[in-house]
Amino acid sequence: MAELKETPLTQLHRELGAKMTGFAGYDMPLQFALGVMKEHQHTRAKAGLFDVSHMGQVIVRHASGYGGAAQALESLVPVDLMSLGEKRQRYGFFTNAEGGILDDLMLTNRGDHLFVVVNAACKDADIAHMKAGLPDCDVVEVTDRALLALQGPAAVEALAPIAGGCEIMKFLDTGIFTSDFGELWISRSGYTGEDGYEISVMADQAETFARALLAHDAVEPIGLGARDSLRLEAGLCLYGQDIDTSTTPVEAGLTWAIQKSRRTDGKRAGGFPGAEVILDQMANGVARCRVGLRPEGRAPMRHGTAIFGSEDAETPIGHVTSGAFGPTIEAPMSMGYVAASHTAPDTQLFGEVRGKRMPVKVASMPFTPANFKR
Amino acid sequence: MKFTEEHEWLQDDDGVVTVGITDHAAEQLGDIVFVELPEVGTEVTKDEEVVVIESVKAASDILAPIDGEIVEVNEAIVDEPSKVNEDPMGGGWFFKVKPSDPGQMDDYMDEAGYKSFIG
Repeated sequence: MAELKETPLTQLHRELGAKMTGFAGYDMPLQFALGVMKEHQHTRAKAGLFDVSHMGQVIVRHASGYGGAAQALESLVPVDLMSLGEKRQRYGFFTNAEGGILDDLMLTNRGDHLFVVVNAACKDADIAHMKAGLPDCDVVEVTDRALLALQGPAAVEALAPIAGGCEIMKFLDTGIFTSDFGELWISRSGYTGEDGYEISVMADQAETFARALLAHDAVEPIGLGARDSLRLEAGLCLYGQDIDTSTTPVEAGLTWAIQKSRRTDGKRAGGFPGAEVILDQMANGVARCRVGLRPEGRAPMRHGTAIFGSEDAETPIGHVTSGAFGPTIEAPMSMGYVAASHTAPDTQLFGEVRGKRMPVKVASMPFTPANFKR
Repeated sequence: MKFTEEHEWLQDDDGVVTVGITDHAAEQLGDIVFVELPEVGTEVTKDEEVVVIESVKAASDILAPIDGEIVEVNEAIVDEPSKVNEDPMGGGWFFKVKPSDPGQMDDYMDEAGYKSFIG
């Protein structure tokens, strides 16, 4: 196995006593001294600092400016990029010819170019995909920057003294800020369901920047363990687990990210890979859908758990893609795919755990209410 | 007190053996969120899976360290699994077993042996 790559913060994680784990080829902190449960609760109550430097930061330029880059990239994503306002960010995904999802990503209009953040495990493939699919654009990976996420209700008070003006940003606003740690690329976003920021900082400033944030009373370092339970409580998909090339955005319940202009009868309808499949599914429905699941009792139903329509049914009607114990809801929670006939909230289903059929109910997501600064 | 390579501790009090997991095991497992205990009266055999625990990370089975009858279980950790993390070697015990072959205890490590085992 290849040696794990490090981020600009790896040494700091070790110094802070993190338990490290391999994730998408990187040596990443699984948890710090607080442990997963308390890290999760701390993020919801105050603020958590996450190293997400393993994710890919990519700049897409076109000679004609933002419009050219946006128009080109619309051929790879079902997202309306042409009408995305300057300094605004949007969620999207790369689709394949079968309508499956190649990766999910964040897209920002940066005035004269597009800034894209993609998942670590997919970034090489994503960059190759963009280079091949956007021959008229310059696709350049940003390799000299770290990416941090500061999440939770106290994120604003920890970041505002460093990047004055970030406090007036709204959810999915972005900006470039000068600071004592060099130029910061900030977006008011994240993947925990909480208010907060994602901050791109020069790699050689990343550690001192992280230390400055951690010096704030409200901020604790948070590992991947709590990142996973936070995003699951927030009902957010993990690429490679809840969505992948075998799931379409319609099955995954992500059609909210396909704006009207890209849908059937829209101004720029279709024109992305798999559009026929995806637009047909939007019109005519799908056989299975991603749903939230709340098991009865305390036992989590984890990834791979088979879901049945009754206690004695022979054939499963679905399976769990992510499952864990939710520290904020103080109960187990899962998401997964079930037959479209069984997706109404409160539908009684059964998950097979250790050979036993355990009751579980379809539940709406998020499991915890989102706390964004709209 | 005796220790197994499965990171369980066994405390013999007048012929009834209390079983739990060690501080080291609790630390390695992380926050425990679910515990399923056997029923009182169950006859168990050594290395049989008798307890299921789930931590924030994964599910684990706890094996019966000796043959015998389960005479008491710690219901408090079913209601509040975090008690196992708070006091694994005390209030976070799992079950008490009346051994049918007390000699099986002799196979296990003492505290010094366990300490060197976990390094």
